[in-house]
Amino acid sequence: MEKLLEEFSLGLFFWQTLLFLLLFFLLWRFAWKPILKAVSDREDGIKDALAAAEDAKKEMQNVTADSEKLLKEARGERETMLKEAREIKEKMIADAKEQAQVEGNKMMKQAQAAIESEKKAAVADIKAQVANLSVDIAEKVIKEELSDKKKQLKLVDDMLGDIKLN
Amino acid sequence: MRNTFTTKFLLVLALFVGQFTFASDSDEKTEEHGKDLKTEIKEYITHHLQDSHDFSLFSYTDENGEHKYIGFPLPVILWDEGLKVFSSSKFHHGETLAEVDGNYYKLYHSKIYKTDAEGTINYDEEHHATNIKPIDFSITKNVVMIIITGLLMLWLFTSLAKSYAKNGSIPTGAGRFFEPIILYIRDDIARPNIGEKRYNKYMPFLLTVFFFIWFLNIFGLTPLGVNVTGNIAVTVSLALITFLITNFTGTKDYWKHQFDPLGDSLPWYGKILLYIILVPIELLGLIIKPFSLLIRLYANMQAGHIVLMSLIGLMFIFKSWLGSPLSFGLAFAISLIEVLVALLQAYIFTMLSALYFGFASEEHEHEHEHEAELSH
Repeated sequence: MEKLLEEFSLGLFFWQTLLFLLLFFLLWRFAWKPILKAVSDREDGIKDALAAAEDAKKEMQNVTADSEKLLKEARGERETMLKEAREIKEKMIADAKEQAQVEGNKMMKQAQAAIESEKKAAVADIKAQVANLSVDIAEKVIKEELSDKKKQLKLVDDMLGDIKLN
Repeated sequence: MRNTFTTKFLLVLALFVGQFTFASDSDEKTEEHGKDLKTEIKEYITHHLQDSHDFSLFSYTDENGEHKYIGFPLPVILWDEGLKVFSSSKFHHGETLAEVDGNYYKLYHSKIYKTDAEGTINYDEEHHATNIKPIDFSITKNVVMIIITGLLMLWLFTSLAKSYAKNGSIPTGAGRFFEPIILYIRDDIARPNIGEKRYNKYMPFLLTVFFFIWFLNIFGLTPLGVNVTGNIAVTVSLALITFLITNFTGTKDYWKHQFDPLGDSLPWYGKILLYIILVPIELLGLIIKPFSLLIRLYANMQAGHIVLMSLIGLMFIFKSWLGSPLSFGLAFAISLIEVLVALLQAYIFTMLSALYFGFASEEHEHEHEHEAELSH
């Protein structure tokens, strides 16, 4: 201990303390502060970059998931549209068929009615012609028959007989 | 493989010890000369371990028997009823008196004493010089080394700091070597010991002290022959700064812990008796912590220099074909270990400083955790 005390030099202690503190403050100001700042900035930068990469990856996954979802939706929509179209087509065909049938029936009925009325008209015409002809014939026959008195009388008798029979 | 090597080594060692004992038994004539050499080496080592007032790299004795020193003198600054500044060349390495303003000064065992015109040194019974020692603020060899180390550190680390701005946050050159060390001190010394919140405050000191001690330790291993970190004044200064920082940044909890170490775990009447012993121990701990720091660094560096220089000195004592190469080999091995010790001591000083700062800036929650752990 005594040797240590004897070895202790106040001058060296003074210079050491002074120079060390000077060195400490100079290094603090001009070296450690910028170095530690640069290092921690770099570390933060790396951390941020990694986080950003992670985010980008997640976003990418989201985007792919989204696009897949969209694709699925589009596919589904297409399916439903096709289905609808098919249904519409079928319905249209069915409707057309029905309508055609109705129309056909209607036309058939009309045609039948027309035929009926034509037939009636024709029958009436024939009847009239037959009547005229028969009147004409009857006239001619009568004219001939009535040329003779006897025959006239006979005719009247026949006719009268016919009427009774009718 | 290893075993055969060890056996061979032991064999060589046995031979060498035999040679040594044989030599010392027979050579009665060279005994006188050997003693001279031994004392010379011893004096050389003691001289080397101390600070000196001139920067001499080595010395030799020329054919006229005169000591020649290779190096340069340094300024001597004394406070002796006024400031006295002169060159250390006036002492001629302790051979002559320096006369300044009518006062005479003598360099004796690396210390400056005020003497009379004849340069007489008075001794007490224990052979200690009793002359007046003026307060010595000289720029000694150690001060020069501290300045050189400081300039080196300033240059190294400011250029590292600048390289970040220039090179996009990537260090260049020597910075590539030093940056991982800075990061190591931050991540493995400061962070775990001080805590995530407060470590930043202590980083400048830890970095400065680590590189300062490490560089000076390494300089101590070079042929410059300096022993700065093995000087008690230097380690006292370093430990004192750690002590001051520890106590000036101490939190309320830290001081509470110093004077009330048991906290609420014991009623006051129970504490009184314990505290008569406990509080002085805690307070003594405040002093012992930095004291252990300064002694550890001082003793390790001092011891390393003594061992290394003694082994080198052995080469000259043995002067044999076996002993000298062997002690050279040993000195080589020890100097490799010393390189490791240089780093290790810097690490330990920094690590323990960080630990003490950690104690001082401990937070309240942490304290409670600690108490909870104790009560389990």
